[in-house]
Amino acid sequence: MRVKEVRFEQEPEPVQSGGRNTELGIVTYTFVFLFLIMIGYLVYLNIWKVKDLNSSVYNTKDIANMDKYIRGTILSADGSVLAQTDVLDDGEEVRVYPFANKFAHIIGYATNGQSGLEAACNKELLSSHVSALSRQEDEGDTKTRGDSVVVTLNANLQSVAYDALGSYNGAVVALEPDTGKILAMVSKPDFDPNTIGEVWESLVTDNTSSVLLNRATQGLYPPGSTFKILTTLAYMRQKPGEFQNFQYDCISQITVNDVTINCYNNTVHGQEDLKGAFSHSCNTAFAKIGMDLDNEDFISVCEEFLFNRSLPVTLQHSTSQFNLNRDASYGEQMTTAIGQGETLMTPLHMAMIAATVANGGILMKPYCIDRVQTWEGDLVSTTKPSRYKRLMTEEEARILKEYMQETVLNGTATELGWYNFTAAGKTGSAEYISGGQEGTHSWFVGFSDVADPDLVVAVIAENGGTGSQTAVPIASQVFQAYYSIYGN
Amino acid sequence: MINLIIQISKYLILLLMALYTLQCFTVFRLKDEEAKGYLFLRQNMLMFFMHFVAFMVLYLELSETTILLFYGAQVLYLAAVLVLFGNLYRKASRLLINNMCMLTCIGFIMVTRLSYEQSVKQFKIAVLSSIVALLIPVIIRKLRFITRMYWAYTLLGIGMLGLVAIAARVTYGAKISFEVGGISVQPSEFVKIIFVFAIAGLLTHARDFRRIVIATGLAAVHVLILVISKDLGSALIFFVTYLVMLFVATRNPFYVLAGVLSGSVAAVGAYFLFGHVRVRVEAWKNPFKDYQGDGYQIGQSLFAISAGGWFGTGLCQGSPGAIPLAAQDMMFSAICEELGCVFGICLILVCMSCFIMFANIAMQLTNRYYRLVAVGLGTTYAVQTFLTVGGATKLIPLTGVTLPLVSYGGSSMLSTLIMFAIVQGLYMLQRDEESKAEKRIQEAWSPYHGEANYTGVQEGYYEDDRYAEARETGYGSEGRNGWDEPGNGFYDPDGYFGPRYEYYADDGPDYRERPYQEERYDEKTRRK
Repeated sequence: MRVKEVRFEQEPEPVQSGGRNTELGIVTYTFVFLFLIMIGYLVYLNIWKVKDLNSSVYNTKDIANMDKYIRGTILSADGSVLAQTDVLDDGEEVRVYPFANKFAHIIGYATNGQSGLEAACNKELLSSHVSALSRQEDEGDTKTRGDSVVVTLNANLQSVAYDALGSYNGAVVALEPDTGKILAMVSKPDFDPNTIGEVWESLVTDNTSSVLLNRATQGLYPPGSTFKILTTLAYMRQKPGEFQNFQYDCISQITVNDVTINCYNNTVHGQEDLKGAFSHSCNTAFAKIGMDLDNEDFISVCEEFLFNRSLPVTLQHSTSQFNLNRDASYGEQMTTAIGQGETLMTPLHMAMIAATVANGGILMKPYCIDRVQTWEGDLVSTTKPSRYKRLMTEEEARILKEYMQETVLNGTATELGWYNFTAAGKTGSAEYISGGQEGTHSWFVGFSDVADPDLVVAVIAENGGTGSQTAVPIASQVFQAYYSIYGN
Repeated sequence: MINLIIQISKYLILLLMALYTLQCFTVFRLKDEEAKGYLFLRQNMLMFFMHFVAFMVLYLELSETTILLFYGAQVLYLAAVLVLFGNLYRKASRLLINNMCMLTCIGFIMVTRLSYEQSVKQFKIAVLSSIVALLIPVIIRKLRFITRMYWAYTLLGIGMLGLVAIAARVTYGAKISFEVGGISVQPSEFVKIIFVFAIAGLLTHARDFRRIVIATGLAAVHVLILVISKDLGSALIFFVTYLVMLFVATRNPFYVLAGVLSGSVAAVGAYFLFGHVRVRVEAWKNPFKDYQGDGYQIGQSLFAISAGGWFGTGLCQGSPGAIPLAAQDMMFSAICEELGCVFGICLILVCMSCFIMFANIAMQLTNRYYRLVAVGLGTTYAVQTFLTVGGATKLIPLTGVTLPLVSYGGSSMLSTLIMFAIVQGLYMLQRDEESKAEKRIQEAWSPYHGEANYTGVQEGYYEDDRYAEARETGYGSEGRNGWDEPGNGFYDPDGYFGPRYEYYADDGPDYRERPYQEERYDEKTRRK
């Protein structure tokens, strides 16, 4: 065996060898980190951003799905078809709305753009969760039926509310305070979604009546006396332990710095406490309360109650407005306290405030989509009632409930006391001047039954006069219909 | 029935991709060469299976018979690349070859889905590019001087970019490409490679500050021209690549810090100076502010990703065509929409695996110049991937660069394949030297002194083939303490990630090719 000895000149030291790659290691790990960031961001997009992106108004991905799916059916909670797509023999698809005008705004339309629930459920209606196996059975035509959406709306209740509102322009909202389910939502003037294509031009060019606007969620009205619910709450918080002792002698008029507030029809309410002022909707007493309120606290109460904020609903809606400067004059304070001033709110928002009182101070998020199911009826997903937050204490809710019940028992909404259910509420007669025309919007918001509230109803009848004249009878029909449908 | 197949295929494709990706990383745990070989074969099978499933769906959906022929041609092509690279270059990194084919394969599937016409064009370019790429390792091995003409490269690079800035046609607001005989060429894709060689040459012996200043100045000229041409993506790639190479060459973190600082200042300056930079940043901040205008592309990209969700809509079930430039700049979003974000994540991991192999090869290289080239090319690859994926997901502002090998684009395809081939060439050079060095040890330790046979040496490689006789007679092929067996710990050529034992052959018999000779040359010129 021959062995040769080798000597390496300049043999590198191991330390050098290890050190040689440090910089490459740094570079490698830096870039590996960058790759991992990319993955992390993709995961983030998929978990937290997908919902927003999919429901973005700019998202037109669904248009592509129209070639693959037949738009799904919308069903009411009691099983009526509210919207469905019929496929004609020549393959043409027609969207049919059996209830025509009654659900015009809340269900909306799906041609000439989309609105209402047709827009909100677009993705569900244009996708299918039928298993791939059963999908092939209807392979005859290449299109699959999209999933069905079952809404919380009750067709009977909606019809009654629609008829009750009659020829008034305005809105009716009915919802369950303990779940947030919207059972009826009417807006007038209305249109027939079956023929929307034909009348589209005239609808969009007509600026005066804004037929396409869903007044229940997008109409902004001065709340009038219904706003006194919040004024009372603010006063209760301002003077804890003292508000029960509030006394005011109403002489039907109060004048401070050239601003005069009158009680409606110049009624003289005489000596009254807070409960009495509330139930008789005494403007002068509330004007006095308005001056006693700390503006900033009042603002914060209203903003907590979702004024100047987006409501926690998926439906398209307007933001209610409440404007009161910190250094507002007495006049502004007085008008704001009685719900005139610059305050504007939507009927849905009004219903939500009453629902908070009815539900012991907790606001449930209103919703319309009860569940999604395949066209064969297999459940895909259900909406669970979800709590927005506690907005007032149980005690505050109890007192407001008591005041609202007093309105029905001895105040401005006594008509509601004639039936076999207990009710509580607040009327409003909101004066407005629009285009040189003066008038009074008729408001009512309330709930039944008082011990364990089942239903909240908010009604606005444009230029309908006082709340007790017009809005209360409309609401009473809705309450009666509710109990005839669901039983007491 | 078709619906059923499409639904099943969606998950099958995802599963195959996930398995493939997993193996890209489990390979590092294997020490046994044979086991690795099998793993690489399994990866190839997964790829072909995925390719088959995808094209079956495409055939069913597009119902075009020529698609079957096209599929056959692609299978032949992919198989040929695997066989040719694998056999002609036994020392090449199999993982890199596999990844290269996998990415090309995904590209074929998606470009075919987006536009059959474009994909045929893409396929032709891929075939031609692969032939070119196949020659690159030979060129690198045989004609080493070609890699050393860095001054020429600097001039060529700046010249080409300058020409683009002056004469190129404007596409989507940027001056990027030339029309040559009906084919649109994007010179910056090639200058990228030349740039890496140029900077590597300038920085290899950059021990004095003067040289660094020169290199920095030249790099800055490249970047500036690109910014003026509004090719921001390429500008960023060049910039980061230079910084990384400077750091590796000097090991001085302060240069990087200074670079990042001045880069940031320049970026802010560019934001205020150039409208097109501002537009990109605005669209990134809120794509929906000017949705009908500048935000449209990124908006559509995000909608595509969200429409796909985790598992995608399935091939041909989404509408990725709605994204402007889906096949080029927005390929990643198109993939996420139809094949799913899980697939997208796997894709990023495969790209990462490519980069890790680039870095790994750089670590194994003992020659400073080649190390810098490998690092530089790896960096351009990684940065480009980051820009296109990050841009599509709105992680960073959109810059409009392609996803290498996957996106549609001839220049990008050719330059990326060349890049991969160069790194393979460098890797093989290193392994040549390792085996030569090994042989010297064998000579030293062998009882047959100098007549050792090394199984991995290809015939006719050495200029003086001293071992040819021994190989033919088989004399001396039996065990010498296992020194010549690959994978016995002496060297571990494939898939080892991290610092490794390195063997220096700088004093070997063929010193003519050693870098220190050039160092001497450099010293002389410097003295002049």
